[in-house]
Amino acid sequence: MQEKIAHIIGKYHHDKGFLVPILQDVQKEFNYLPKEALTTVGALLQVPLSRIYEIATFYRAFSLTPRGKHQMSLCVGTACHVRGAPIIQDGIERVLGVKAGQTTADLEFTFETVNCLGACALGPILVVDGEYQGQMTLSKANKLLKKLGKKVATDEED
Amino acid sequence: MKKIKSAAELNALQEELNARLDPNKPCIAICCGTGCMAHGTRNLVERFQQELADRQLTEKISLRRTGCHGFCERGPMVVLHPQKIFYQRIKVDDVPEIIDKTILGEEIIDRLLYRDPVTKEKVVHEYEVPFYKKQMRLVFGMNGMIEPTRIEDYLAIGGYGALAKVLTQGDPQAVIDDISAAGLRGRGGGGFPTGRKWNATRKAEGSPKYVICNADEGDPGAYMDRSLLEGNPHSVLEGMIIGAYAIGSSHGYIYVRNEYPLAVENITLAIDKAREMGLLGQDILGSGFDFDIVINRGGGAFVCGESSALFASIEGRAGEPRAKYVHATDKGLYDKPTCLNNVETWANVPLIINKGAQWYAGIGTEHSKGTKIFSLVGKINNTGLVEVPMGITLREIVFEIGGGIPKGRKFKAVQTGGPSGGCIPEAHLDIPVDFDELSKLGTMMGSGGMIVMDERNCMVDVAKYFLKFLEEESCGKCTPCREGIYQMRKILDRITNGEGKLEDLDTLEWMGQAIKDGSLCALGGSAPNPVLTTLRYFRSEYEAHIIDKKCPAGVCKALITYGIDPDKCTGCHACARVCPTGAATGEKKEVHQIDQEKCIKCGACYEACKFDAITIV
Repeated sequence: MQEKIAHIIGKYHHDKGFLVPILQDVQKEFNYLPKEALTTVGALLQVPLSRIYEIATFYRAFSLTPRGKHQMSLCVGTACHVRGAPIIQDGIERVLGVKAGQTTADLEFTFETVNCLGACALGPILVVDGEYQGQMTLSKANKLLKKLGKKVATDEED
Repeated sequence: MKKIKSAAELNALQEELNARLDPNKPCIAICCGTGCMAHGTRNLVERFQQELADRQLTEKISLRRTGCHGFCERGPMVVLHPQKIFYQRIKVDDVPEIIDKTILGEEIIDRLLYRDPVTKEKVVHEYEVPFYKKQMRLVFGMNGMIEPTRIEDYLAIGGYGALAKVLTQGDPQAVIDDISAAGLRGRGGGGFPTGRKWNATRKAEGSPKYVICNADEGDPGAYMDRSLLEGNPHSVLEGMIIGAYAIGSSHGYIYVRNEYPLAVENITLAIDKAREMGLLGQDILGSGFDFDIVINRGGGAFVCGESSALFASIEGRAGEPRAKYVHATDKGLYDKPTCLNNVETWANVPLIINKGAQWYAGIGTEHSKGTKIFSLVGKINNTGLVEVPMGITLREIVFEIGGGIPKGRKFKAVQTGGPSGGCIPEAHLDIPVDFDELSKLGTMMGSGGMIVMDERNCMVDVAKYFLKFLEEESCGKCTPCREGIYQMRKILDRITNGEGKLEDLDTLEWMGQAIKDGSLCALGGSAPNPVLTTLRYFRSEYEAHIIDKKCPAGVCKALITYGIDPDKCTGCHACARVCPTGAATGEKKEVHQIDQEKCIKCGACYEACKFDAITIV
């Protein structure tokens, strides 16, 4: 871990000003921000852990807990909201048994909402493991969840 | 490509590249904006490449992967040059036919044409499509002509010519005078005169001076900055370099949302290319002027679009705004003079230098000049990005360019200005769109989100949505904003649950005013706007929630019940199949019922019913 983090910090020339992008890269590497990673960043950049913790908790993009194998991000921007995103959010939360921002206990799914993905014409948008799925509906979301191994009632006759 | 050492060399290169463009050579321009990519354009590009290679046509027909064309609703789409034939909603299997019939055989494929929903007529050419006809695509129109990853494309259509002009003239103050005379105002929302901001930064004492591009497009529902950065990154860079020259700065930043991966990729590549060619870095075009740009990715905090919070974030701190007794133009990033402008503002700069301040000032209204790009989204037929001259009416945008409301429903409101703005009702649709007119209505231009709502959208719910958004995004520094928004949201929760009281409406009004007065930055200063404007224009809807305990739009869960219209139900069983709680039941081919005890109002049956038989009252 030490080595990987040193490499990331090296890319930014040890510049403390790049703390946010550095943490983004660290999170990308480890899928979340483990405690040891934060202390390592602090030690290498000579920034107090309290400051790093402040940043890691201030910005929405960071997670201090491990994330699931599958990432589901539902856009809840205004355009998606008026086209029915809340109904889809309720549906996904019901199927996964977690609230937005949480990860299922088996570490299979992390479900989160994002404020706008900037692809409003396709709203509502659900991003599943990096793939944009536009014009989302409750039934399309359920089919996606089923494909990923969740037991859920869909309108497919089986 | 080799480094360009002077303005003359640049002009020669531009001419050489331009001469290579054969206006008659067939070219397939595929929209590769984020919207179309989500529609599956990647496979389409691959298929085109493969089919052209199979037919040994790669030399004769060019393929251009462009940025966003704006008409996201109809993606994936291509424009076939030179005739400008417009095909929409294309599938991968349409590709061989397009090449064989249309490009080689000059035959139009009827089913791929756009059909005007109003006149019901098919449209062949891009310029005839009503969505584009009323637009004035000065800034955004170039997207279709270039491949954003190729600096040669931008140079071939005269790119960086404005920079060469400015450096040759060698008079930074004259540049600022031009921008002032053009009447350009900040496109990020505030509408501050750009020339005045540049002048203040130029005159400020202290060094270094910073020039920053604000690409932290956090307004939910707005994505024009994303599309500009993705589709034409060099126009933004050219604007920034010109600005830096005028101000006397050699350090630039682009603060961009990390949620925009393609934008980050394209702007990074553009910076590398520009540096390689001597358009960024030391001694730009042999003029002795040095300037370079660093990219900083945001962390997903809405408040970081605010200037002082943005500076804090670049400095590697939490994005908390500070009081602005001293302007950023005097003390901004690292307490040095800083000029912060939005993506679209920067992209307007080369245009003004090229065509002249007088020409620019001839477009728009008295105090709002030029064009503005809006993202026209929500309950609207033609969803997408539209660039219109200032002064056009909201009605023209919604009903002519936007093609009106889908499914024959009734227009209710258009929301502008993001969480800082407000909802405008039908009665005010004829006002000309400019900075000042929108402010008079209690909303604002904002960065350009225009979210259209129909009769099925509840205005109390929309107001609650924005408060919830702002409650999460408030940095927490000022108590009126942090606690006030929370309390206002609690009141709206009560109202939408049917537990509201009429005096709540007065409380919302005075509390909203208190939050506005007591917050440091624009986030808190404008946070109550969505509530205040909906109270002003849609008070009866609040009253229906409070007095009648009804949600007229059928949105607020606590106030609605799902039912089945026996005249419409065909007994297809679709509702029962999707119902997660077993509330919807019935024998096949017989009228179904919903058990209210079991119903959780999830909306699954409503979505599944193809016969409009599910009622919400």
